[in-house]
Amino acid sequence: MEPKTKVNAEDGKQDLVITREFDLPLELLFKAYEEAEIVEQWMGTKVLKLESKKHGSYQFETTDPKGNKHRFNGAIHEFIPNSRIIRTFEMENTPFGVQLEVYEFEQLTEDRSKLNMHVIYESVALRDQMLQLPFRQGINMAHNRIQEILIKLK
Amino acid sequence: MNLRRDVFQAIADPTRRAILLLVATQSMTAGAIAANFDTARPTVSKHLQILTECELLRQEQNGREVHYHINAKNMKEVADFIEPFRKMWDDRFNKLESIMKNYKAKK
Repeated sequence: MEPKTKVNAEDGKQDLVITREFDLPLELLFKAYEEAEIVEQWMGTKVLKLESKKHGSYQFETTDPKGNKHRFNGAIHEFIPNSRIIRTFEMENTPFGVQLEVYEFEQLTEDRSKLNMHVIYESVALRDQMLQLPFRQGINMAHNRIQEILIKLK
Repeated sequence: MNLRRDVFQAIADPTRRAILLLVATQSMTAGAIAANFDTARPTVSKHLQILTECELLRQEQNGREVHYHINAKNMKEVADFIEPFRKMWDDRFNKLESIMKNYKAKK
């Protein structure tokens, strides 16, 4: 079966495209990006601020399993309901720089919709580092789990 | 036919995934690869061409024969590099979908 979520990251480029088709009407898909309490649920993050409008800004905060808090923020450049969001995204206190995100929301049928997410990084190297993040986290988490088990065995 | 020559397009096709699995164990000629499929030989050739263009396979001249090899570097990139990232977004979007389906039901 073809995966629902596709990531197209070409070699040597500083951007990537994430696409996904949803079993949801366009309005509901867009609402999931517009309303703070819904963003909190699916992103698994606390929304400190979310001004869903042109020239608004946002700030999210997540807490990792060790209890460390990480903040993310950005400015909203364009906000057209049920159509388009353009915003910046930055992980605070990290060397990853700022990325530009262009979200395009598209209606497929009455109850199906599509999201096209174009992310542009400051450089090829930064993009590749960001791509590797979840992989590294996965390895770290596996290591931590092994450590926990080993500690219990002692 | 305007095919997009990217690796994800390449591995989206079940026949091409099967070809990659075959060649992963040993390098093979186009004929030997085609012998494993019911598909017509030109169709297999087309798949091989796409996989080669995406640099998932590479060709090596061996006397009069051309052998196809797995390009391990790019295969590793597909498997290790992008997949966790893709999976992370897939999980998030699955969650979004189920939350919004409930939201709709509640309304």
